[in-house]
Formats: sequence, C-alpha cells, structure tokens
Amino acid sequence: MPEPLLRVQDLSVSFPNQNGLVRAVRGVNYEVHEGEFLGIVGESGSGKSVSSMAVMGLLPSSAQIEGSITYRGESLLHKSDRELSDLRGREISMIFQDPLSALTPVYTIGQQIEEALTLHNKNVSADALHKRAVELLKIVGIPGAERRVKAFPHEFSGGMRQRAMIAIAMANDPQLIIADEPTTALDVTIQAQILEVLQKAKEVTDAAVVLITHDLGVVAGNVDRVAVMYAGKLVEKGDVDEVFAQPRMPYTMGLLRSVPNMLTAGKDRLVPLEGRPPSPAALPKGCPFADRCPAAIDICHQEEPELLGFEDVPGRTAACHRAGEIAAGTLTSADIFPRPEYVPHAIEDSDALAPIVEAEGLVRHFPLMKGSVFRRQVGAVKAVDGVDFEIRPGQTLGLVGESGSGKSTTALEIMELVKPQAGRLVVDGTDVSTLTAKQRLAMRRDVQIVFQDPMAALDPRMPVGELIAEPLTVQGVPKAERHRKVRELLERVGLYASMADRYPHEFSGGQRQRIGIARALITEPKLLVLDEPVSALDVSVQAGVINLLEDLRDELGLSYLFVAHDLAIVREISDYIAVMYLGRIVEYGPVKDVFEHPKHPYTRALMSAVPVPDPATERSRQRILLQGDLPSPTETITGCNFASRCPLRPLLSDEQQSRCRTDDPAGVSHGASRVACHYADEISRLDNVDTSNLVTGAQ
Amino acid sequence: MIKYLLRRLVNYLILTVIATLFAYIAASSFFFPRRKYLTSSEPIPEASVDAILDRVNMNDKTPVLERTWRWITDVFTKPWIQKLNEDLNGDWVMHQLGLRAGVSLQLLFAGVLIGAILGVTLGVWGAVRQYKASDQIVSYASFVLISTPTFVLGLLLMVLTTWLNNSLGFQLIRFTGAYTPGVEDGLPKLLDRLNHMILPTIVLILFSAAGYSRYMRSVMLDVLGSDFIRTARAKGATRNHALIKHGVRVALIPMSTYFAYAFGTLVAGSAFLEIIFSWAGMGQYGINAVQVSDVNALTGNVCFTAVIILFSSMLSEILYAALDPRVRV
Amino acid sequence: MSTNNPAPPADTAPDLPQDLEPTAPLSDEATDKKRERPISRSQLVWRRLKRKPNFWIGGVVIAGIALFAAFGGMINVYELNEQDIYNFNSPPSSQHWFGTDSIGVDLYVSLVHALRKSLLIGFLAAPLATLIAAFFGSLAGYLGGWVEMLMNWLVNLLLVLPVFYVLMIVSPMLASQSWLILVVAIGAFGWMIMAQIVKNQTKSLKDREYVKAARYMGVGTFTILHRHIIPNVASLLIVDAAIGVSGAVLSETALSFFGLGIQPPDISLGVLIAQGQNAAITRPWLFLFPAAFLVALLTAVNLVGDALRDAIDPTSEVNRA
Repeated sequence: MPEPLLRVQDLSVSFPNQNGLVRAVRGVNYEVHEGEFLGIVGESGSGKSVSSMAVMGLLPSSAQIEGSITYRGESLLHKSDRELSDLRGREISMIFQDPLSALTPVYTIGQQIEEALTLHNKNVSADALHKRAVELLKIVGIPGAERRVKAFPHEFSGGMRQRAMIAIAMANDPQLIIADEPTTALDVTIQAQILEVLQKAKEVTDAAVVLITHDLGVVAGNVDRVAVMYAGKLVEKGDVDEVFAQPRMPYTMGLLRSVPNMLTAGKDRLVPLEGRPPSPAALPKGCPFADRCPAAIDICHQEEPELLGFEDVPGRTAACHRAGEIAAGTLTSADIFPRPEYVPHAIEDSDALAPIVEAEGLVRHFPLMKGSVFRRQVGAVKAVDGVDFEIRPGQTLGLVGESGSGKSTTALEIMELVKPQAGRLVVDGTDVSTLTAKQRLAMRRDVQIVFQDPMAALDPRMPVGELIAEPLTVQGVPKAERHRKVRELLERVGLYASMADRYPHEFSGGQRQRIGIARALITEPKLLVLDEPVSALDVSVQAGVINLLEDLRDELGLSYLFVAHDLAIVREISDYIAVMYLGRIVEYGPVKDVFEHPKHPYTRALMSAVPVPDPATERSRQRILLQGDLPSPTETITGCNFASRCPLRPLLSDEQQSRCRTDDPAGVSHGASRVACHYADEISRLDNVDTSNLVTGAQ
Repeated sequence: MIKYLLRRLVNYLILTVIATLFAYIAASSFFFPRRKYLTSSEPIPEASVDAILDRVNMNDKTPVLERTWRWITDVFTKPWIQKLNEDLNGDWVMHQLGLRAGVSLQLLFAGVLIGAILGVTLGVWGAVRQYKASDQIVSYASFVLISTPTFVLGLLLMVLTTWLNNSLGFQLIRFTGAYTPGVEDGLPKLLDRLNHMILPTIVLILFSAAGYSRYMRSVMLDVLGSDFIRTARAKGATRNHALIKHGVRVALIPMSTYFAYAFGTLVAGSAFLEIIFSWAGMGQYGINAVQVSDVNALTGNVCFTAVIILFSSMLSEILYAALDPRVRV
Repeated sequence: MSTNNPAPPADTAPDLPQDLEPTAPLSDEATDKKRERPISRSQLVWRRLKRKPNFWIGGVVIAGIALFAAFGGMINVYELNEQDIYNFNSPPSSQHWFGTDSIGVDLYVSLVHALRKSLLIGFLAAPLATLIAAFFGSLAGYLGGWVEMLMNWLVNLLLVLPVFYVLMIVSPMLASQSWLILVVAIGAFGWMIMAQIVKNQTKSLKDREYVKAARYMGVGTFTILHRHIIPNVASLLIVDAAIGVSGAVLSETALSFFGLGIQPPDISLGVLIAQGQNAAITRPWLFLFPAAFLVALLTAVNLVGDALRDAIDPTSEVNRA
C-alpha cells in the first residue's frame, strides 16, 4: 500500500481546565489517501472538530497533543508555526462551518481570495491575482463573478459565502481539503448546492477531502469511507456502503436507526437512542457508550474496547466487545434497538370532526423601518402572505419550508390570538377577532406552544416546577393543584416528579425539550404549536422526542401544527403537510400524496435536496437543484414568486413561461392536494432532467 | 452614505440646540446671580442691581419664561458677537468664547490624538501578550490612571515638577497659565507655550490612553477568538500577519464609537485641568460661571461644549463608516 | 478583564472549537445515579470570581477603607474640627499621624469623616442610579415605541451635554440642602447610559423564547418585566452598581473640589482635596493623603467591578463603553 497522504496515529488532545484534563480526543487513528473522500461522523462533543484542528495545527496552545500526525511522511507536530503556515492553505486547506463569521468583514471577497494566493506566492501581478480570483468564483458557481469579486462578505448570502470559502480553500490547488460541518448552518436546498460545489472542488484540484459532519445523510451521498466518532474515539470505520448496511458497533446501529429517512418515514417508528455522550471531563470506566448501550455486558463497564479489524472485510474496524457476535449475525440491530409500537389513537375518525384551527388568507407583513431617531417605513417584509390551512382534532399539520419562508411567523401568528392583518383565524369554532381580553386569556389554555431552542425557551432562573406551572399561574389555578399537575406531567413526558425543584441548566437538551412539552401540556390544550421542536437537538435525541410527541398526540387526541425544515421528520409525524415558499403555501395535502407524488416543482426540488442516510439510494437518486438563493421577501414579484428559481420553467414553452412571469398562480386542487402552480400537470417533465449544471456552470 | 451623515449632523444640531436651551433654562432657574451684589462689601442699591441684571437678562424678578423668550429673540436677532449677551464681567460671551476656544482646543487636541494612538497601541500589545508581565503592568497602570481624576493627577504632577524644578535650581517645566507673560515673540514664545503645555497634556494623554488601552485590549481579545482569524491562519497566514491585518483592522471598528464617548469624558477632565493650571480656557470659564452664578457665561460654555462634542461625534461616525463596509450603504 | 483560563497565551488565535463546549455532566433519566449535581449560575460566577486576583486586591482595599472609615476614629484622640493650637501645619508625626492643616485640625480625623461621607454617597447614589436604569431601561426596551424614543433622545442629549455639566448646573440648588439631595442628584443623572444598555438587553431578551412563551400564556407586561426580564439582566445591574460607585464618588469629589457639592464645614474627600490643593506644594501631606485614599478607593472599586463583569459574563466586555 502506498504511503497515505495524511496519517493520524494515536492522536490524543486534552485541554487543561480547573477540574483537571478535558480529554477531547483519545487515541485516534486514521489515514487519508490521495484523492480519497473520507467522512468523519459524530455528535457534538465527540471530538471530531478538535482532531481536524489538530491536523491543521490550529488548536489553542493550551491544548496538549500526543501521538503523531504525518503529512506525506513528514511529522506535522514537530514543525514550527512558520513551516506549518507555509503548508496551510497551499497543501492542506480547510472550510469552516459558519461562513458569516469565518470571513473577515472588512475585506472584499476578492481581497480574501487574493490573500490566500499571495501568502504562498509573492510574485504574482495584481492583474493575475484578480483574474485568478474571478476564475475561482466562477468555478464555485457565483453568478456575475467579475462584479461579485468586489463585494464584501455581508453582501453575500450564506450559501454564497460558503462558496467563497470553498474558493479560498481551493485557491492553491491543495492536496487535502478538510471541511468542518460545511453545510450545517445552511438550508437544505443550499446544502445540496454546496455539496455539489465541494465535489466539484475535489475534481478540479484532485484533492483528498475529509468531511466532518453530524449528518449521516450528508455522509451517505458523498464519501467513500466513513469513520464514526464517539466520546473522543473512533468507534467504527469502513467503506461507506458497508457501514451503513451492516453497522458493527451498537452506537452506529443506534444512530442509523434513530435517524429518520425521508423516503421511508411514517412507516416504521423511529428508534430512540437514549441518554447522551459522557462529558469529556468525566469519562466513565470501560466503554464510553456502555451506559447508553442496550447490549452492554459486564466487560463493557470494565474495559474500553479497542478499534479492531475483521477477517471477513478488510479495512473494516469497530470498537465493541461484542463486535464478533454482531459480525456473525447473532446480534442484530433489531435485537439491540427494537422498534417501539404505536399507541392506540384516542380519536378514530378525525377527518369527520370540525377543525380545531382554520386559517383563511392569513397575512402578516412586517414594516421595514429605517433611521434611528426619525423612523419611517420604507417597505414591508411579506412574511406571511395569504395562507390557508386547517387542522382537525388528533391530526398533525406539518409546515415545512426553508428559512425565510414564513413558516415560524405563521405559527406565532396563531399564538397571538388577535385579529390578523388580513384574512381570518378561527380557533375551536371562534373567530379570534371577536375575542375579548378575558376570552382570549381563557383561550390561551387551549393553544400552547413548544419552541425550538430548549435552552432559550426556559427562563434559566426559575426552577422547572415553576416553569411548567407558569401557564396555570396565569390562569389563577391554586397552588396545590399546580403542584399535582406538575408532578403528573413530569412523569408523563418521561422525567421524574422529583426533578421539579431543579433548574433548567441541570438538564440535557432533550430533557429540556421534554420540560417545554410538559409546560405546554399543563393546561390540557387542544392545539399544540411546535416550532422546530427537535432541530436544536442531536440526532440521537430527536427520535425520543418525536416518539413522545406522537404518543401524546395519539393518546390525548391533541392537534399539532408542526413547523420544521426537516422533511423526514415531518413525514414521520404529520398527517397533512403544507410546503411554504416566500410567505405562501405552494403545496398542501395529505402527507402520503405529497411525498409520493409531489406536484409543485419547489416541493420536488426540496425533496430531492434532502440527503437520505442510505448510500446506495443517495447515489442513484435524481437531484433537482435549485438555482441561487431565496429572493428577499421585501421584493415585489409579479407572477409566480418561485419562477426565478423554478426548475420546471426552462422546460416549458415560451408562452407558458411568460404566464409564470405575469400570472400569480392560486392554489388549485389536484386530487387530494392543493398546488399553486400553473403547470402542476406537467411536473413529470422534471423526471429525467439533470440540473447539476445549474449550480456550478452556466449562469 | 453622505445622506446618512447629513441626517446625523442635523440630528446632532438639534440636540445641541436643545442642550443649550436646556442649560439656559436650568441655569436661569437655579442660579442666583444677585448674590454677588448682595454680598459685596458696600451695599449697592437694589434698583441699580436690577438694572445690571436686566441688562444681561439675569434678573430673578423677571419670570424664567420671559427671560428665556428674550434670550431666544436675542439669539435670532442680535449681531453675531451679541447673540449670547454679556457675562457678569460685562464682556460679550461670544467674545470670550472666541478668545478661549483656541486655548482649550490645543489642549484637547493634543490629548485626544496622542492619547488615542498610544492607548490603541498599548491595547493591542496587551491583548497579544495577554497575562504576560508587561500586559499586567500596563493593565494595572491603566486601572489606576482611569481611577484618578484629572485634577488629582494634575496636582500630583505639579508637586513632582516643583520638586524637580527646585532640585534643578531652575524652572525646567513651567505650569502656571498657558504662557509666561512678556516673553518675546517668535521662537522663544513658541517654546514657552509648548513648555506650558507639557504637564496638562501629559495628564490628558495618560488619562485618555488608559481608557483607550483598556477598551482596545478587550475588543482585541474578543477579535482574537474570531473565526475569521482562524480562516486567515488556515489560509497560511502566520500569527502576526493574521493578528495585524485581520485582527487589529476589525478591532478598530468599535473604537470609532468609543472615540465619541471618550471625548465627552475628556472635555470634562480637560476643564478641571484648566482650573488647576490656570489656563484661561473654556472649562475655566464654565466652572467659574457656575461659581459666580453667571447664567450667560455658562450657557455659552455649554453651547461650545455641545458643538465640539458634535464635531467629535460626527468624526466618529465618519470613522465608523470608513472602517466598516457594512454600514456604507 | 482577565478571562478564567489561567494561561492560554494567545499564540494561536482560536478558542476551543465549539465541538468541545463543555456539556454539563448531567444525570440522565436512564442513568440517574445521584451524580454530583451540576453547579448553578451563581456558583459558577462565584467560582470564576474567586480565581480573579483583581477581585481580591480590590475587595481587600475596599474593605480596608470601609473599616478605616467606620472605626478609624476610635483609635485617635482628636475630635472632628478640633484645633490643636500648638500644632499648625504639622507634618505627619506620632502625634498627628497624617499631619495637621493651617489651623491645627488633625488630618487623620478629617479623613475618616471625609471617607465616611464619600463612601456613603457612592454606595447610595450608584444603586439608586442602577434602580432607575433598570426600571426605565427595561420598560423602554420592552414597550419600544415612543417610550424608547424618549429615552434615546435623553441619552443622546446626555452625549452632547456631559453629566458633569448637568450636575454643575443644578449644583446651586444642592448647596443649601442636605447631602442626601446630592446623592439623589448624582443618582438621578447617572442612570441614562446604563438604562441604554438595559434597554438593549431587554430588547434581545424580549425575543427570547421564554419571554415569548410567557406572553403567549397571557402573562402581563409588568409581571414579565419583574419575573423574566429584570432577573436576567440582574448580573448586568450588579456590575453597573459596583462600577457606578466609583463614578458617584468621582462626581462627588469633582463637584466638591470646585465648591459645588458638599459645602464646608461638612466634609468629604472632594472638600479635603480642595483644601489641600493650595498647600499641595508647600505641605504636600494635606493633598497627598486624601488623594491617595481617593485613588486607592476608585481603583479598588473598578478592579472589583471589572472582575465581577468578567466573572458574570466573560464575553460581554465589549458591550460597555
């Protein structure tokens, strides 16, 4: 075997803190060969970023590094900062997560790309530098590169900034590109574009790529080999197809079973992976996963398993005492993580019942103000621009869309329980515009909300018991009764009644979200608005919360308005789905119909952009990539507001296309769905189209 | 951008007018200029006191509103020099302002400029050498300096200088007044003036540099942890290159805002120094005005202060726009 | 402004990668084994605080000065304003530890009383200003609209008209009154900048989900302010009250120095320094002792305030001008 490009051996990184050493990385081994695409997967705190920062030599000097890192046979740990600086950006370059803060705000994109060039080659003329910067921007697919090269980072959208980051990373034709969560902060359609650009950068530079991510779907579709990290160690490594098909370490198994797959969601329940990773400052004895592992045996709590190979598959390794049994097929995923059962429904035929919420032509525009002392309105953000939907008892409506689509605003508009700017909102048969203040307060019992960020949604200074009881306090419920209900609900959401006197910081993210759910349920509401309830949680924790929500709904006959950007989760939990784009619902219908036969080109594109945690499917799936970014909601658009990015429009005749430019499509029934597209019938034209050139080329 | 700056300017002008008017009304209500004549050794007839006070529009027998109205009319109708009426010494306030502005400004200008440059440099240096002995020394020194009122520091330096002069046997550094009367024109006069500036300027520089260095150090420390520094390092920039080209450049942005704030405190600090060092400047005029209840002189002083702060605020806005492309629209 | 980690000399720029953000070691429902309970915020602040030398240096100096002001008079034989006619202008001696002035008044005794007054003023005026700031700041931030506009104008006005000038203008009113009126004046004109900060904090808290949650439950405005907003800016307010002490003492000293604040025969640090000023060159002890106490006190207060600010929120250093 040839000498690998990068070899990491027994790498350990610790950070001293007041309580001793935080062991972030503990003896990691891996190689990256030339031109290879390696994925490193792990949840937050697994040490995946620290290990790559160690390769770059960019850890804080307080970090204690052991082991060896060699690049082309030369040890990196023994190089001086000057020598490393020479290597960085020229041989090894890196792409970071948050593209807004990762670019210096005061220099133009062009200057920052040119800097990457001049740092390694002082003798390039200004003209040549400029040309190269423009060329690089063209490669990463930034339209109008000649003009954009003079733009500042704040003038770029998130996706464009990430493209610029990639341009900087590939400026000197490096041999190794490390991408650390490059798409985490981005919308799914933009994520699809960026991953495409990353693939292109790899082709153009011939570099090896290490992709660090928490998203199994992203890994599945892109990498050749995958390494799974847990608590500072690699626990499984191998060819991506093999690992996904036959995981040999229970953590990988649990992870794969807990992640919803958009293509199959709704058929099988998710399998929760309970608990959470140990703190790197206080690692337990034995296997760090043992506490969460349903298959743990005595030895797991005594000795930490080593990452060992298998005879049957070369190059495949796993760190588990029971890996042999797993490999032999005597211990399977289904044995270790059995699927939970659905609970019986309290409401049988909900379609026949009167809706709990009805929205008709709901509008919410925000004035756009300017000036600090004399403020005046200069425009409007059309966050919600005429939205219709209804939710019946016991049902869930999933509201999906990219950021800026107005889905959260729609949800919050319901919570206000006041007359909308335009349109009508009827809750439980009462038009909210007719409510008196007292009636409104009474109605708040029926409508409760669970927020996205479980940390931000709970006042850090109040004990959990008081937090949960707050809605009852407002309603004037006596103290004894409040206490009783708090205890009951804590148990209900899977916590202990004894936890009522603890403070929010004493709980994990998943537990906090359960507290938020308990608070919402304490008034026995009829409708729960769930605003991205799991998107801030680690994947392994999501499944548990989703299952809890499903059980509560079915047992108590609740209705949900479930706002999310993750289509897989929406498919899992919803009965109906509404796809939002720029303040409008573009497609609305039963989940099964919409997912199996999406009729709006935006729905199609959105679905194809969602990565699926299955390498084989992911490779063969057709991709419909959208051009560019979401237009600003302040713009006035005539005709269809999706027309500028529509993948279907270029396939239509000129006459049809001009109709998209002039006529604003209204929602029209297509079977059980309502679709806002003039040419929903022609959607099959998209079936055999390759749109990848839209991202990186001809614009 | 120009439009924005113009709007800010108008905004500040309005504030200046309000501040001056407020000062006039407040001073007219609270001050009791008559006391000066009541306490004089030989009694002055009430009628003539009234006459004097009426002439300068400070008679407490006239209602404040009426006096304010007259004051406003004066401002709009009188010739330039008479706009703010006379002070209690019988000189036009505008004339005094003209005489004293230069004296105050030369002090302020030197203090602000050198102080800011020195402070920013020390701040960067401290942040980069965080926790090293040199950083600690600068850090504690600036703590002590920030906590020392300028008049205390000024007096302290006066004591030290006197000892120095005494031990040398001649006046190396002179510190009473802005100049020695009677020095011949030309170079000797210039040198004499510079000599007199040394002590008060040192005080202002130390005072403002201490503030700047604390602020710059903390901004810089913040910037040091930024992602874009990491990006620059990942591109292959050495530590110093990344720190200076990216770090310092970005850290300067909030300093432009601090500049406006620091200037305000410096104006007050500089006023104290004028008293201590007997400089016939603006600050001295103002503080004396309060001591003798001179409404017009005080109003003039407030107006002047507001105007120079207006200039410094505008300068800070322009600096901000120049440094940060995000606000240039 | 030292941060909590003992020594990452910043020769590599990045902070700990987010990957390593300490996840509080929590007991989980599956494995609730009575582990050590994670520390609360106030414990965390205290832990950080007690590692800061500045806090200890400042704290000890303040405590020392306060003890001196409170009990220093007991170990000295002279009364306030008692004249020792045999010792005019005496330098520090075993008889008069800090010397005497031109009429034979013992400086040590004067200083004890002056410190008492200045400390009282500082420790009363600063919390007063902070209270006003908390009230108006949070109200303006939460309600927005014209309340906020009014406050913006007030603060902007203060920018062109430094606080000291305002105090100077109202000083004739104070001269004849009790020193408590001076406290009120310093408090009443010292709250605006803090209020602005509280306002901005409130505005961001207002968008926090737990405040929204409370609103959607139907909790009233003032209840939200006192239950959810004020407690969450409390740390900021504590810091402000601490640092405000030095500002208030400074205001008092400067006013009194120019004869506009505390009026003799009443005595404060400012009055003492003013009296010592003319003698600074000939009888330096009359100036140096009060000045040294003033500088030591202000420095100590600033050190403690700074340490407190760091301990409470290590990232917010820049938010304050």
